[in-house]
Amino acid sequence: MSRYDWLLFLHVSSAFALVASLVLYTVLIAALWNRDVPSEAVRLFRVQRVGDVLVAIGSIGVLVFGIWLAIDVDGYEVWDGWIIAALVLWIVMGALGSRTGKLYNAARDRALALSRDGSDAPSPELRSLLQDRRALWLHVAGIVTVVLLLVDMIFKPGA
Amino acid sequence: MVAAIRPDSWNYALFLHVLGAAVLVGALVTAGSMQVLGWARDKGGGAMFARLSFRTLLIVAIPAWFVMRIGAEWIRSKEFPSGADEPSWIGIGYVTAEPGGLLLLISVVLAGIGARRLAKGRGADWLTRSATVLTLVVLAAYLVALWAMTAKPD
Repeated sequence: MSRYDWLLFLHVSSAFALVASLVLYTVLIAALWNRDVPSEAVRLFRVQRVGDVLVAIGSIGVLVFGIWLAIDVDGYEVWDGWIIAALVLWIVMGALGSRTGKLYNAARDRALALSRDGSDAPSPELRSLLQDRRALWLHVAGIVTVVLLLVDMIFKPGA
Repeated sequence: MVAAIRPDSWNYALFLHVLGAAVLVGALVTAGSMQVLGWARDKGGGAMFARLSFRTLLIVAIPAWFVMRIGAEWIRSKEFPSGADEPSWIGIGYVTAEPGGLLLLISVVLAGIGARRLAKGRGADWLTRSATVLTLVVLAAYLVALWAMTAKPD
């Protein structure tokens, strides 16, 4: 395998890790939607760790290997329009992911605190945190951004 | 290395194929993680994770498999019209995609029966554990396919 083959494999694998994290978070949000028992929410949030690892590897990997590819491959430049668009989308994705993570981590921490206090009764407060519409829409916006990144990578407008 | 240029008309098929494959891998990772967590949890947690992993496989992985396969056939028909010699990486794609789809189907059935039995308070260890192993085997096969599709070995 040439260096190009390795870079492309690592770049695409990172993109798959990123999409996998979004699928995992989406399933988790759906599974948590109607929960109000702290111990159940805490149990479900354990899956989040897998998503956190995937999103870290995926988001850093697509950027590093993507820029490396742009530098390495004749015919592409880092300042090409579609690559700049990808970089902007990557920044937007990161900002959305960071804000979404803060909102859901607050819900997870509240579930943990309630569970540690020995209170496992249904909590309306926990339910409202898990059904936060703003967090949901931020997550949806993150998905749309990643789909736009995929469209940009495949269609390469202007290349 | 010179940038590989493909005709614009291939892009829709490639987009469909890549999107389906990425969501499929995501669903397998999600279901596999929940199944592994279910092994280690108490009875209630095991049933919850079994049900969720079954639903993830059924509602996300199976439709994504079809999107991936339809996209694959579409782009193959454009890149290698009938009669054209196909490279070995296409063969790796077929070898992983089709048996992988069958194993995925078996995994869904086992996970579904296991989740149902656990919900009724019956033992279902061998069912849920078999579903977990199959899910992880399919995931490994699709990661090999991902390598073949990007590295394109001759």
